[in-house]
Amino acid sequence: MEHLLINHYETAAVILFGIGFLNLLLQNNLVKKVIGVGIMDSSVYLFLASQGYIEGRLAPILVGEVANAADYINPIPAGLVLTGIVVSVSVTAFSLALIQRLYQKYKTVNFDEIVQLARQKGDE
Amino acid sequence: MSKMAKIKKEKKTLWQRFTAWVNGDAAEQPLLPAEPPKPPKNKGAKGKKQKAQPTRKEWMGLSRFEHFYRVCAVVIGVAIVSVLMVTVLQLPLFGSPDNPAVNEVVERYVEKGLEETGAVNMVAGMILDYRAFDTFGESSVLFLAVTCVTMLLMRDRNNTTKEEDLLTAREHVIEGYEEDIILTKIARLVIPCALVYGIYVVLNGHLSPGGGFSGGTIMGSALILFAVSFGMIRISRFFTYATFRKVTSCALMVYAASKAYSFFTGANHLESHIPLGTPGAILSSGLILVLDICVGIVVACTMYGFYALFTKGEL
Amino acid sequence: MPFVYNFPFFSIFICMISGIVTPLLKNGRWAYRLSLFASGAGLLLSGVLLGRIGPANESFSFMMGHFPAPWGNELSVGPLEAVLATAVCLVMMMALLGGSRDIFEDVLPEKQKLYFIMMDEILAALLALTYTNDIFTAYVFIEISTIAACAIVMAKDASATLVATMRYLIMSLLGSGLVLIGIVLLYCITGHLLFPSLQQRVLELVATGQYTIPLTVVVGLIVLGLGIKSAMFPFHLWLPPAHGSATTASSSVLSGLVVKGYIILMIRLFYKVFTIEVIRELRITNMIFLFGLAGMIIGSIGAMKEGHIKRMLAYSSVAQLGYVFMGIGLGTDIGIMAACFQILVHACTKPMLFSCASALSAGRHHNKKLHALRGAAYENKLAGIGFTVGALSMIGIPLFAGFAAKVFFASATMAQPVKMWMTLLTLALSTVLNALYYIPAVTVLWSRPAEGETGEKQPVYPAFAVSTVVFIAAVFFLGICYEPVVTLIQNGLALL
Repeated sequence: MEHLLINHYETAAVILFGIGFLNLLLQNNLVKKVIGVGIMDSSVYLFLASQGYIEGRLAPILVGEVANAADYINPIPAGLVLTGIVVSVSVTAFSLALIQRLYQKYKTVNFDEIVQLARQKGDE
Repeated sequence: MSKMAKIKKEKKTLWQRFTAWVNGDAAEQPLLPAEPPKPPKNKGAKGKKQKAQPTRKEWMGLSRFEHFYRVCAVVIGVAIVSVLMVTVLQLPLFGSPDNPAVNEVVERYVEKGLEETGAVNMVAGMILDYRAFDTFGESSVLFLAVTCVTMLLMRDRNNTTKEEDLLTAREHVIEGYEEDIILTKIARLVIPCALVYGIYVVLNGHLSPGGGFSGGTIMGSALILFAVSFGMIRISRFFTYATFRKVTSCALMVYAASKAYSFFTGANHLESHIPLGTPGAILSSGLILVLDICVGIVVACTMYGFYALFTKGEL
Repeated sequence: MPFVYNFPFFSIFICMISGIVTPLLKNGRWAYRLSLFASGAGLLLSGVLLGRIGPANESFSFMMGHFPAPWGNELSVGPLEAVLATAVCLVMMMALLGGSRDIFEDVLPEKQKLYFIMMDEILAALLALTYTNDIFTAYVFIEISTIAACAIVMAKDASATLVATMRYLIMSLLGSGLVLIGIVLLYCITGHLLFPSLQQRVLELVATGQYTIPLTVVVGLIVLGLGIKSAMFPFHLWLPPAHGSATTASSSVLSGLVVKGYIILMIRLFYKVFTIEVIRELRITNMIFLFGLAGMIIGSIGAMKEGHIKRMLAYSSVAQLGYVFMGIGLGTDIGIMAACFQILVHACTKPMLFSCASALSAGRHHNKKLHALRGAAYENKLAGIGFTVGALSMIGIPLFAGFAAKVFFASATMAQPVKMWMTLLTLALSTVLNALYYIPAVTVLWSRPAEGETGEKQPVYPAFAVSTVVFIAAVFFLGICYEPVVTLIQNGLALL
């Protein structure tokens, strides 16, 4: 149990991942599904970013002349999270554009209703 | 045609249907008929009891399959969360210096980062020099996203009606005549400051926290503020779809060309003739400055592009 | 370093640069020509590379930048990667040629350029997934291929495609999220991102018994995520609407290439990161085996219910992917070799089926229901022959490519008694089920139509003709001269 409290960032990230995952699968409203995806991705970045921290060390910007590896935290997770956030933004923008087109066509954001309306309009 | 009608009218046994199907005749009556679409239930019958509650969900014919799917989804979600919790119990402690992640890779990035990449900011050196291929992929993702949003939302004959066109034209005329005084006065102060700040963040990406992505977002938000306060017509005097295409394509081309040069010289063990400069100066760290500027331009245009396409459907 | 070793890097960059330059071109036609050029160049480069490292049985790693692994990015190339890359470029080029008429009809003129950008990026992502030696690069290119694949489904701009795209997007994002958290956990317990260092660390962890639960969870999450994205059995429901309603070239590329890209990545991860022995010990292969068997049956049953020819072909894709998962699930080298061979076979057959189906329905006002296509083969004989060849290959008639794949699957199970019975039984059942929906389709196409149902004779467009002829040749080549291909795959797997 103390392990979960010491690794509290990872614990919080796992709980958020579950919340986002269930939102993505169970919500009927498409915008809420996209919010679920956002929560899920952000929780993974929280998990990743917390891997880089080391007690008592500085951020990875060089201070002074010579760098000693024992003075700075791990810069790799920060770089990976940077890449991941941009990917997450792109995917969110794409999903929201798709939802806007679906709304234009069907006048609703409820996925069940959209599927029924599409079936009624006829298959192609 | 009459033969087909006759066949339809006969009562068919399973064997007859099977042979007809193998012969390709009964393609309208497949061997295993698919489930017919559920007819929408009569709303009026239950309307009295449940006026307040949203009952459209039931009317939409939530079949047994959908209930099964929901139960399954909850079970899978809870299972994944509990498995991950058990995993977190086994992971290394937070913030400990003996983590597996602290190894010779990190040592070299921190200790030799400055002399090999020339960047004071080790994260910038890592993403734009050591692991540059990932960042190239990431810029392509952004470019792809804005292309997809253009494909979906840009006005064309499929997704606009005549009324919407007239509405947009009217809005443009209104924009020209009525200006929101508070918004425009404050924007005149804020936009130059935001642009200068964004440029500062981009240029100092290799010296302090920042870089192409954050600086580009700041510049993009300045553009959005301009469009919001002064109107689309004013901004389309200098930022049109053609400009957007050319600027993003050229910036990404420069990025791709520099990275191709860097990868080619690196893999073939050739000397790369880009000077690294003095650490701490703006004109240093070889190609990282150029890459930061390209990324900043692309991100700024992309952020503004998202705004314009979502609100107006045109760039 | 020989100059040939630069070719993988060149092929990836040519595709990405074509995608970047396309917005500056004049119109859709020029974008189409640029895409053809990019895939053709990729084909040439991969073919020359294959000719060089295939017979010599070499493999090498290519530094992307000035720093070797584990500090910088790398590509790793062997005979298996070269074969797969050549096949991918060839299929992409022929799919574009075969579906070109439909692209220019279905997509609006101002959006055609954007469609070809997506195609270029898909090709670049597939090549990168085949060659990559770094797990985070693999994730970034998985996302590129997800976004581009969803975009080419919705390019057709009909109501059915929008709903299908939304479903595809939701399932894909689910898969990506699971893969990402698997990668993050793997980094947490090993501290590396490049495959050779990861393998070293994983073997150390298995030897010392440290972090066993996290390692199992990582493998499970990555397999689950990649399985969702490549339509493994319980997660296949997004595939038929998406592939069945998209325009022809999109369906061909999606069915033939995109779903395979994730499976190729999974196989490479199994060999290069986790080592196949560890995977076998963790019993993950048994799960994949069962899902593969279920997919083979369920896919065929779904296809039998369909009257719409493209959705029938899409369900058939689910069944054929079931074969691939069954092969991976066998866990032996021969099983995975059979799975790779089936990937090549399906990649050469399914695009041909899609483009022939579309050409046949072109004369019947694009009505894709089977009963409307009676006798359509007489109007477009080449398309009819192409569809017949493809259908016979899918069923598994000797001399066609599908038969060779099934023989390899059967012989791969001979060593394991329990799995052998299940496999042979399911192979037999699925062959019968495949016949039950392909034979009626072929019969309908070639049966003489009643009066008043004929359409006009269709002109045979050169692009379509070239694409169909090349695919037919590929089917017969894989069916008759499979020896060199199989040897290449086996050597490649040994070097992985």
